Amino acid sequence: MKKYRILIAKPGLDGHDRGAKVVAHALRDAGFEVIYTGLRQTPEQIVKTAIQEDVDLIGLSILSGAHLQLSKKVIELMKKEGIANIPVFVGGIIPPDDVPRLLEIGVTRVFGPGTPLSKIVQEVREVLEGVTSTSGS
Amino acid sequence: MDHKEIAKLITLLENEPDRARDILKKLPKRICPVIGFTGSPGVGKSTLIDQVIARLRSAGKTVAVVAVDPSSPFSQGAFLGDRVRMKKHFLDEGVFIRSMASRGALGGLNESIYDVVELLEAVGFDYVLIETVGVGQAEVEVRYVADVVALVLSPGFGDEMQLLKAGVMEIADIYVVNKSDLEGNDSLYDQLIGFLTFAGRDALNVVKTSALNGSGIEELVDRIITLWKNFAETEKLKQLRKERLRHHTETLARRTLQKYLSAVDSEDPYEGVELALKFMCERLKYGQGGGT
Amino acid sequence: MYDKEQVKKIAEAFEHWQQRTENDMKKFPERKQKFLSSSGYEFKRCYTPLDVAELDYLKDLGMPGEYPYTRGVQRTMYRGRFWTMRQYAGFGTAEETNKRFKYLLQQGQTGLSVAFDLPTQIGYDSDHPLAEGEVGRVGVAVDSLRDIEILFDGIPLKDVSTSMTINSTAVILLSMYAVTAQRQGAKIEELRGTIQNDILKEYIARGTYIFPPEPSMKIVTDIFEFCAEHMPKWNTISISGYHIREAGASAVQELAFTFGDAIAYVESAIKAGLDPNVFGRQLSFFFAAHNNFLEEIAKFRAARRIWAKIMKERFNVTNQDAMKLRFHTQTGGSTLTAQQPLNNIVRVAIQALAAVLGGTQSLHTNSFDEALGLPTEQSVQVALRTQQIIAYESGVADIVDPLAGSFAVEALTNEIEEKVWEYLEKIDSLGGMVRAIELGYVQKEIHKSAYEQQLAIEKGEQIVVGVNAFQTKEEKPVENILKVDPALEEKQKEALRQLREQRDNRAVAKALKELKQAAQEGKNIVPYVFEAVKCYATLGEISDVLREVYGEYTESTSI
Repeated sequence: MKKYRILIAKPGLDGHDRGAKVVAHALRDAGFEVIYTGLRQTPEQIVKTAIQEDVDLIGLSILSGAHLQLSKKVIELMKKEGIANIPVFVGGIIPPDDVPRLLEIGVTRVFGPGTPLSKIVQEVREVLEGVTSTSGS
Repeated sequence: MDHKEIAKLITLLENEPDRARDILKKLPKRICPVIGFTGSPGVGKSTLIDQVIARLRSAGKTVAVVAVDPSSPFSQGAFLGDRVRMKKHFLDEGVFIRSMASRGALGGLNESIYDVVELLEAVGFDYVLIETVGVGQAEVEVRYVADVVALVLSPGFGDEMQLLKAGVMEIADIYVVNKSDLEGNDSLYDQLIGFLTFAGRDALNVVKTSALNGSGIEELVDRIITLWKNFAETEKLKQLRKERLRHHTETLARRTLQKYLSAVDSEDPYEGVELALKFMCERLKYGQGGGT
Repeated sequence: MYDKEQVKKIAEAFEHWQQRTENDMKKFPERKQKFLSSSGYEFKRCYTPLDVAELDYLKDLGMPGEYPYTRGVQRTMYRGRFWTMRQYAGFGTAEETNKRFKYLLQQGQTGLSVAFDLPTQIGYDSDHPLAEGEVGRVGVAVDSLRDIEILFDGIPLKDVSTSMTINSTAVILLSMYAVTAQRQGAKIEELRGTIQNDILKEYIARGTYIFPPEPSMKIVTDIFEFCAEHMPKWNTISISGYHIREAGASAVQELAFTFGDAIAYVESAIKAGLDPNVFGRQLSFFFAAHNNFLEEIAKFRAARRIWAKIMKERFNVTNQDAMKLRFHTQTGGSTLTAQQPLNNIVRVAIQALAAVLGGTQSLHTNSFDEALGLPTEQSVQVALRTQQIIAYESGVADIVDPLAGSFAVEALTNEIEEKVWEYLEKIDSLGGMVRAIELGYVQKEIHKSAYEQQLAIEKGEQIVVGVNAFQTKEEKPVENILKVDPALEEKQKEALRQLREQRDNRAVAKALKELKQAAQEGKNIVPYVFEAVKCYATLGEISDVLREVYGEYTESTSI
């Protein structure tokens, strides 16, 4: 039976993992297998992990403000490794006008502070299963 | 085979076990030492494995790790965090780490573990390390999958109780007293030696390690290798592999039968089994058994 | 506080009132079945003398400035002097931050607070591969003494009090600060300020650790020892509940884990032969002020009483000054919303008021735009003005501990204290705080609380105005969010390259070698770090030497 595997990663040096862990927990409770990388991951490490764990989606949590550089680097490396088909979600303290820039880089979804967990779970399902659910279960 | 291909195959083995036969058939038969690490959560299994990897790598050996964490019985989801401890090996091409959820299996591993280990052996790793879920006494499956089993203990984890109950105790070849820098460790060590003496087992295979200063790791790895070589030189390894095959077969049989059982609708349990078996035999005759 | 006869009468009256109320409630039910505090205990409908009947005024509250300091650590509190208004600032290069500091001092701020960027906090120079994209981002980038010289250029260090949010590399930044002051002509004996230096909470909540707990504790103790002798006016540690709270802890957990850490520091220092009567005076604390107004006030009051008891009863301290809990407060960053950001001004004002009514020694008020990015000059000004309005206009600073004797506040103070002792017992039973952290116990408790809070918001049990209720359709974007110029990283790297060329590299190599030897031999490393800093050894070079000797830590992860 197909089980979706999601990588939740914290690139960069920022040590605030409250959000990453809460999201990982919610995804687990929503039935996903969540691989957590821990803090201070380089883009290289994240991409290698995504390959070895054969994940279906990557979630990056960044609160330090370095989201543009870090997301860009992760996506560039994914292209190089031939796994650019894996959707990438970015969450954290993201100024609104950076959202279009992130999407342009190739990020699939961006979540700022205050995003409900149900919305994240729903969008993960949408992207993975192509399901558009109407309620925010 | 590169890491990406291996990773994809593991996913297939996990998700579509019926295809395992075809996948593995295409690969050469090959064996390597398969080492299991078991013990309660918090005793430091992942950190220990991290150091064992480092030691094996410095000897030029390639290593594959399978780390199993429990699936939630409610959502069937899982939080797989063991690899956090092994991050310094993420960029090493000679190390492959895969996290697995137990997906309802009760023995502390995952049902496809037999296939996955066979794959990792076949693709040429020098060592395969397995980390079990680590929740309780019922975790004996690793005995059948691994050639050498290391039980990791550390003071203050109810391990003294575990010693008395001695459920998992019997399955281990090597006992690791981890975090040996901590207070209370001497007492654990003494109890362990006592237990082994009266159980008539080899008290030589007790190793003290410390993640803090890396002490004991070299000794642990040496013991593991020596033990495996001994097994390989005697009939022991053959026996172990035979046992593994038997358990693999059992797992398969159970799964196959379950599949047919679920298709049968009967009020009588005896009749239900008969029907399922009959159904299964018919299908297999026509070569549609799939998987087994 | 009441005689038995009176208590009995009140109890009877209360009983009647409860019955009548419950009758009424059949028609007019209350808004919720249960009214819960952040820590999960229930708020009563109404507090009466019955709830504080056991309270012994002299024993449990005492007079302000006297044991157990429930009412405050000074006799006159803010009638003497207001709390220190201290806004945390720092971004980009030392030059830019220097300008911001001068601006803040000019605006009436009374102390400086330095934020460092992540590479500085984790011991990497700006040109380290891991520093990429992070230079000058969440604070000022410091690679060597040169940056600190620029940072405080034109600011006389003997006259200001400076707080530095720095932990695993605290010993390096403290040395740089002290050397800079010396070169300005000041004596280090007279320097006033604080380094955070609270490594244990980094493993729990904030994540800027480098070394494993044991050598980290050794460095902390080295600093205690050095400062007790050479920098007696300096607060050697700011034991921080703030980040623990921000990571999702409840008010009770915030205090419990902070004191768990504090006990570990004190024990470690005593073990190293230091006298808690002496170094105890240099310990300071740092808490968060969150939304639940009354619970927060009670939390601060309980904190003082608990700490006084810990020092007196557990560590047999006799020096009164070493029993006083002095603390800095910051309003809760995680309570700020990105939605309708102006609402944050109100949140911050309420939280700041709780901190003042709770008797804080210094205060940072967050800027309303911080859920979106770094604060602008305008938003920082509003934040500072909020404090000034509380100080100069509200009148709450004119009476010492004005809420003492409130049935609710005293009852909550007791409740929190009790629950904190329960946690501390649990931590002791696990073998102390370092062990509890290594086991992941503390992290798990906090994560559990964070997840529960989030689920409560999801289910609408907890309302966040503008987020899960009272949303507006179209959000007007906030203008001028401050961003760090990406060119800054290159500039910082270039300056570092030049420094490495210009300095006396032989002296650097010698100083680093001596530092390494001292660390290996278990000597107090502070004087050796001073020497390395003086010849412009970089923060990364010094950290690398210590990494070699002490090793690096990997986190414990579970949910």
